[in-house]
Amino acid sequence: MAGRPHLLRRRPAGPPAGRAGGIAPPGARVVVERRGVGLAARMWRARHLYLLLAPTVVYFAVFKYWPMYGVQIAFRDYQADAGFLHSPWVGLAHFQRFFNSHQFWDLLSNTIWLALFNLLVVFPVPIVLALIVNQLRLGRFRRFAQTVLYAPNFISTVVIVGMLYVFLAPRSGLVNNLIVFMGGDPIFFMAESEWFRPVYVGSSLWQEAGFSMVIYLAALAAIDPSLHEAAKMDGATRWQRIRHVDLPGISSTISVLFILSIGNLLNIGFEKALLMQTPLNKDTSQIIQTYVYEVGLLQAQFSFSAAVGLFNSLINMTLLLVFNHVARRARQASLF
Amino acid sequence: MEQRHTTLRSFRRKLSDPLFNAVTVLVLGGALVAIIYPLYFILIASVSEPDQVYEGNVWLAPAGFTLDGYERIVSDPAVWRGLMNSLLYTGLAVTISVCLVLTAGYALSRRDMPGRSMFMLLFLATMFYDGGMIPRYLVVRDLGMLDSIWAMVLPNAVAVWNLIIARVYFESNIPGSLREAAHMDGASDLRFFFRIVLPMSKPLIAVMIMIHMVWNWNAFFDALIFLTDDSKYPLQLVLRNILVQNEVSTTGNLVGDLASYAEQQKVAELIKYGMIVFASLPMLLLFPFLQKYFTKGMLIGAVKN
Repeated sequence: MAGRPHLLRRRPAGPPAGRAGGIAPPGARVVVERRGVGLAARMWRARHLYLLLAPTVVYFAVFKYWPMYGVQIAFRDYQADAGFLHSPWVGLAHFQRFFNSHQFWDLLSNTIWLALFNLLVVFPVPIVLALIVNQLRLGRFRRFAQTVLYAPNFISTVVIVGMLYVFLAPRSGLVNNLIVFMGGDPIFFMAESEWFRPVYVGSSLWQEAGFSMVIYLAALAAIDPSLHEAAKMDGATRWQRIRHVDLPGISSTISVLFILSIGNLLNIGFEKALLMQTPLNKDTSQIIQTYVYEVGLLQAQFSFSAAVGLFNSLINMTLLLVFNHVARRARQASLF
Repeated sequence: MEQRHTTLRSFRRKLSDPLFNAVTVLVLGGALVAIIYPLYFILIASVSEPDQVYEGNVWLAPAGFTLDGYERIVSDPAVWRGLMNSLLYTGLAVTISVCLVLTAGYALSRRDMPGRSMFMLLFLATMFYDGGMIPRYLVVRDLGMLDSIWAMVLPNAVAVWNLIIARVYFESNIPGSLREAAHMDGASDLRFFFRIVLPMSKPLIAVMIMIHMVWNWNAFFDALIFLTDDSKYPLQLVLRNILVQNEVSTTGNLVGDLASYAEQQKVAELIKYGMIVFASLPMLLLFPFLQKYFTKGMLIGAVKN
């Protein structure tokens, strides 16, 4: 902190030097004036900023950090009147019970399979869509395509799952009508375990792909057009330009988004899994998070399910750190 | 005419690579049809005779025409109560969230605020780790918020991502010289924020309102865990009971007047199609605006990624 001219740190990253704030004379005066001002004085000077920040700090303290502190009930036997701090300590008992339960491996593999399947299918599609939409030069059609592709993102998860139920209904649903029309036998999709994952992933694709495309389109728009011109001069086809100009241009965006989705691997869309769960498809639809909901909130086993949830968070965090490290090693693109 | 002719020609030239052409048509065309058709089908099914839908006679146009489904929906008190609750929750939540995001986002954008990076780090950390569902539930319970409106508007009021968007916006749109000038004139930071920063931030405010509106309108999980009194259910939870839990006949006698069970089932399906349209309508009506603001928001946020 000390010693560096204050102005350097205060200059915003956005506007180029010389546009805002002047260069030498006013700035220099500020530097001289502020150097050596104590922390307390600077904090006093910023008191109004603290006032603006305070409500949000309170929010984070209460709704983010208090639950983090409360996670210790995973190591205690939670009793309502004793609260987070005074319930009896039981150490790792809840974790042991979870690891030894007959459901543990099923839950873990269900969670990982669903997440991996989802990631592998849903992650690449927005990239492909963006590359294609980016090639469209007809303004009106491009706008139309974008608008349609975004639309499903504004439909709520409840409605999406509701649509699945009506479309996949065994007797009257559109999909089964089509299957019967083509001479097949109707399938009760929502009640058969082996259909849970394909239906889940397919509907995620439907809902999210178009919207995730936006970031890639933005990254593509930022590519220097002269690169494309040069490639065209050299006689590159569209394929070659996509491969050698577009893809390298968005590769850092791709890896950042990939790391982020890895870090959230086990959290993805658990609300949808909960909505899609029926007693008949539980063999595959029961994932760690839906299990936490069921055991914790429906059966009120707070401590045990908090331990299960903590296990889930720890895996997430580990994955994030590992992949971030790998990505940093591999291509100098990382989150932190 | 001339203009149109040249665009068409350049379009042809640009799509000259036949393989590329084929893939574009296949992928993009497929995606567009896959998105549009289900939505269109829901719409026509919601006004078709339930028998016709049930027998699979509805494909491209409504078969028979009835508004019976919609009549039943709008005469159901649970639906209206849900709608009213959703409006209330969304309105209040948007107000709270946007206030918090703007004030904190501005404070964090100020490099001369001591502790700035520490606060940022504390906020960012919550993106990667949180206490989980159960401790969160217990905190809300301990605060006495269960079954209250506060459980619907406070626990998810601030998302770190939005704070970052706001911070980046302020950093790149509020020139430092302006603040220096305001300070010379004796304006405090608070005064500067309300008098100058906010009026200069209309695009950001619009983006934030839109983002929070959609989130809150579509959210159902907090309602599921924090509310037990069904008179407080937001629309999404009413929807869940009808669409997912299949509780059509129990909510406000939606099909109670029908004699046979088969009849009830068919009308229940009709009601589901209608409910999907009914529930998506507010967002889809706002969609043209929403889309613009969402894209803008994502772009502002992506700049610094």
